[in-house]
Amino acid sequence: MSVAPADDAPRAPLSQRVQSVRPQQVPGTLGATVTVTVDGQNLPVPLGTTILEAARQLGIRIPTLCYHEDLCVAGVCRICVVEVEGQATLQAACAYPITAPLVIQPHSRKVRRARRHILDLMLAEHYGDCYACFRNGNCELQSLAKEYGVDEFRFGHVTAPRYPVDRSSYAVVRDMNKCILCRRCVRTCIDLQEVGVLEAVGRGDRTRIATFLDKPLGEVVCINCGQCINRCPTGALRANDPTDEVWNAIDHPTRHVVIQTAPSPRAAIGECFGCEPGTALTFQLNTALRQCGFDRVFDTNFTADLTIIEEGTELLLRLRQALQDKQPVALPLFTSCSPGWVKYLEHFYPEMIPHLSSAKSPQQMFGAVIKTYYARMHDLDPAQIVTVALMPCSAKKFECNRPEMCSSGYKDIDYGLTTRELAQMIQEAGIHLPDLTPSDFDDPFGTATGSGVIFGATGGVMEAAIRSVIELVCGVRIESIFEHADVLPVRGFEGVKYAELDLPAIGPVPPLLAGLFTDWSWLAGARLKVGVCHGTANAHKVLEDIKAGGPFSQCHFIEFMACPGGCLGGGGQPIPTSPAIRAARARAIYAEDTAYEVRKSHENPAIARLYGEFFKDGPGSPLCHELLHTHYTPRGKYIV
Amino acid sequence: MSVSIRTPLTFRDVPPGVGLEAALALKRPAVIATLRAADLRGRGGAGFPTATKWNLAAAAQSKTKYVVCNADEGEPGTFKDRVILNHFPDLVLDGMLIGGYAIGARKGLIYLRGEYTYLRAPLEGILARRRQERRLGRAILGKKGFDFDIEIRMGAGAYVCGEETALIESLEGQRGEPRNRPPFPVDTGFQDQPTIVNNVETLAWVACIFAKGADWFRALGTAKSRGLKIFSVTGDCERPGIYEYPMGLTVGELMQRVGGEGAKAVQIGGAAGRCVPAALFDRTIAFEDIPTGGSIIVFGPQRDMLQVAKNFMEFFVEESCGQCTPCRAGTRKLLGGLELLENGRCSIEYLSELCRLGESISLASKCGLGQSSPKAFLSIIRHFRDELLGRPAPATS
Ligand SMILES: Cc1cc2nc3c(=O)[nH]c(=O)nc-3n(C[C@H](O)[C@H](O)[C@H](O)COP(=O)(O)O)c2cc1C
Ligand code: SF4
Ligand code: SF4
Ligand code: SF4
Ligand code: SF4
Ligand code: FES
Repeated sequence: MSVAPADDAPRAPLSQRVQSVRPQQVPGTLGATVTVTVDGQNLPVPLGTTILEAARQLGIRIPTLCYHEDLCVAGVCRICVVEVEGQATLQAACAYPITAPLVIQPHSRKVRRARRHILDLMLAEHYGDCYACFRNGNCELQSLAKEYGVDEFRFGHVTAPRYPVDRSSYAVVRDMNKCILCRRCVRTCIDLQEVGVLEAVGRGDRTRIATFLDKPLGEVVCINCGQCINRCPTGALRANDPTDEVWNAIDHPTRHVVIQTAPSPRAAIGECFGCEPGTALTFQLNTALRQCGFDRVFDTNFTADLTIIEEGTELLLRLRQALQDKQPVALPLFTSCSPGWVKYLEHFYPEMIPHLSSAKSPQQMFGAVIKTYYARMHDLDPAQIVTVALMPCSAKKFECNRPEMCSSGYKDIDYGLTTRELAQMIQEAGIHLPDLTPSDFDDPFGTATGSGVIFGATGGVMEAAIRSVIELVCGVRIESIFEHADVLPVRGFEGVKYAELDLPAIGPVPPLLAGLFTDWSWLAGARLKVGVCHGTANAHKVLEDIKAGGPFSQCHFIEFMACPGGCLGGGGQPIPTSPAIRAARARAIYAEDTAYEVRKSHENPAIARLYGEFFKDGPGSPLCHELLHTHYTPRGKYIV
Repeated sequence: MSVSIRTPLTFRDVPPGVGLEAALALKRPAVIATLRAADLRGRGGAGFPTATKWNLAAAAQSKTKYVVCNADEGEPGTFKDRVILNHFPDLVLDGMLIGGYAIGARKGLIYLRGEYTYLRAPLEGILARRRQERRLGRAILGKKGFDFDIEIRMGAGAYVCGEETALIESLEGQRGEPRNRPPFPVDTGFQDQPTIVNNVETLAWVACIFAKGADWFRALGTAKSRGLKIFSVTGDCERPGIYEYPMGLTVGELMQRVGGEGAKAVQIGGAAGRCVPAALFDRTIAFEDIPTGGSIIVFGPQRDMLQVAKNFMEFFVEESCGQCTPCRAGTRKLLGGLELLENGRCSIEYLSELCRLGESISLASKCGLGQSSPKAFLSIIRHFRDELLGRPAPATS
């Protein structure tokens, strides 16, 4: 069953969209195809196909800048103009739906000249030095300049910055001097994320992208998701880069520098080294990190498993309160591992914060465990430990700086690195990642499970939770319900997913949870209802459905991820991004899951040891709450 | 703000309501057929055949459709819509009703230029009066099933909001930025519904055509530009003001009538139009030759054409919506070229490159504003090259 509770209409202004022609609106052409001729080649296409789509099908390249596969069409940069026979002006290929037979010249003299002029104009307005820019070598403007043989600034070139660089945000740095006003970020923020902190203001050549009242990005309702960075064609948007500080820690004589790597970056970092999307380099990365000088390399999956136990326990406690004690309790429970999502909720639905699981994200849990349990175990001074997290995410940079994230007395995580930043460090260290010999993670957290890996894909947290909750409660093997333990109903890239699941039986309470529960009788015959969504626009739909008393209000547990596709599409991942690239990364992640011997969080022996040796009172105990759980801030939309 | 009306106006001879009654007596397709017979082309500047526009909207499958009267009149040098709305508002409203009847719309919107706010109260009064006369509201003139009402919305002073899709964006409460076309408003207009957008004057002529007959209109003007046209004449002439003539008169004839015989050039079509030098005054004002939405600006012999060109370019730099690259950044570069010329520092080579850039701006811009922005620049450079080039550099102080 799938539910799309709210309307699907994109919210970007209509001028920013191609208003594709609905076939029934052209009488007599219902479902018809038309023939388009591009550069002499004929192609029948369904009515409403754009010229760009048709050309791509024919393998003809038309340059684009404002167009992005994930976004509604803007038609503003005009670099994609083509000549349409019979029309006096050139037409934007990305924004022109074909409704009649057309003959198109994609590269005529007029077209080439206009494109070059458009590029010249963009470069005239663009202030930036390629060799001092993080997009050097991966910049759409730069590569078009090369493609069109730009060898001089025919219409001049700005020689001084016009705007100060906004570094106010923990996550995103905005340098509007490099902005070409393609508005991909605007459309990303409002359409894909339904946050809407960016908008074009001013007219004519004073047009620029601004925040509400020109407030610094750190002071507006930005959720730090970084999706705008991933879609910006230039270096105008980038993540707040702590690489220098991390090198300093590594080079420091007494610091013990520990890095954890999350599954999504491992499935994507190869892209920064020329590998095909979907090339997992998890174990080569371990080798590279040691060569870079990190003292220990751990797997975030370990605390992903820990999250499942803590969050699963919280779910069971809330369910008991509702089903057995008949007490009011905030259900459905919302996942809390995506910091972009958490901030979205804090801003836009502060009244729903009680639904949010109090469990910290795996990144933060790991930090807390390292600076307590691990430090004690190895007799290390936590003040000398520097914790670095390799994450696919820019919001993680904000999360690790939240003031409440230091309950051990030390910052759980000192630095969050994105996939892109770590790739840069590896390159700087002279390492070609794909060539390295694989090596394993370090003990004592070496062992991970497949459940932790799939956290990287939308539906993964839910799948991991289902695997564990079913086994812990029902006393049956998950494989007896889902072949190979693949919980397919919660997988896939559909924006909003809903699934129901009967508990097949009631088993004995496992020793791990014996401190909290005596029996599961109150769950007998229960039907577990869960939801999954990714991208905050979809989160918005689900939350509105809950408020309206729709099907999601009846759910027990809902997974929310701020980024489209889940973490694998995070704002710190390699650029570019597209549905195909994200699908390839997902394949890599699910393949890694299948390769693990242990695929269920509760079967992770290192987790059992952690509870046995450190969190001795079991999941949900006071010490767990002190170190592994957190609280939230109702932020609202007020701007000071 | 008194304006001299220098010729008799046909609108004075057509009493309100006559055209509307005649049109409502016809079946809907016959209304469009009459317009086609009259061969009326839009008076807003682009000259699109009105019957074709209405027919597309009539054929569009939708229960909800809209008629929009474009009263944004932002083109420099034009004020004829203001005069029409001031003196003959009922003809314009009749035209909107006829449009609503022809395409099957129940709602009309007047997008009134912000600077014309003073016209709003009188227009509201007329709308109220018409509701009482059953010339607005339910069952117009007793015709069952034809309900139509009109609302006035104010613009906020952006020239680009006269462009029909930007106008619609503005009506919807968005930033006034032109949309991608196709689809056109006749298919996907206001609130995604089929919408006809027509100029004030076009709508007034519609009422006249039904009052006086398609043949009367068709007999005037040229084969490709039928009928009469209102001109707003300003600049270096003896008798500026409002004129009505059949389409197809020559620039020279017009100059004689307005007392601008000695003119060195005439800007026809406002900032978006082109500059016609005296040598070409035998050219005709018509869609097939030199089109205009009505703006005629006369330049006397003493005018510095470089300043004229600069003035128009400054206008576009200011009024570009900033959405697309060629217009946003290109108009700035053209203006920069004129500033160089002013200081005697523009090489012939750079000027040629700017002219080619101008052509690219015309070709690649998203909307009519950008597409027409280089026209004045290019025509002035073409016709007044000697006057522009070779200026001495100003003394450095
Ligand atoms: C930049 C720009 C400004 C325009 N301004 C006006 C205007 O003020 N009034 C108007 O009637 N049409 C204006 N137009 C033309 C309209 O887009 C549209 O073609 C016209 O309203 C259609 O009406 P018509 O067919 O009756 O002429 C403008 C077009 C452009 C590109
Ligand atoms: S944004 Fe692109 S073109 Fe601009 S400086 Fe950076 S790499 Fe160069
Ligand atoms: S980081 Fe996310 S919320 Fe912030 S501006 Fe970018 S897209 Fe919008
Ligand atoms: S910041 Fe980037 S994505 Fe946004 S408009 Fe500028 S160039 Fe485009
Ligand atoms: S041509 Fe100018 S006014 Fe028109 S859309 Fe482009 S920037 Fe805006
Ligand atoms: S890519 Fe088509 S207009 Fe920008």
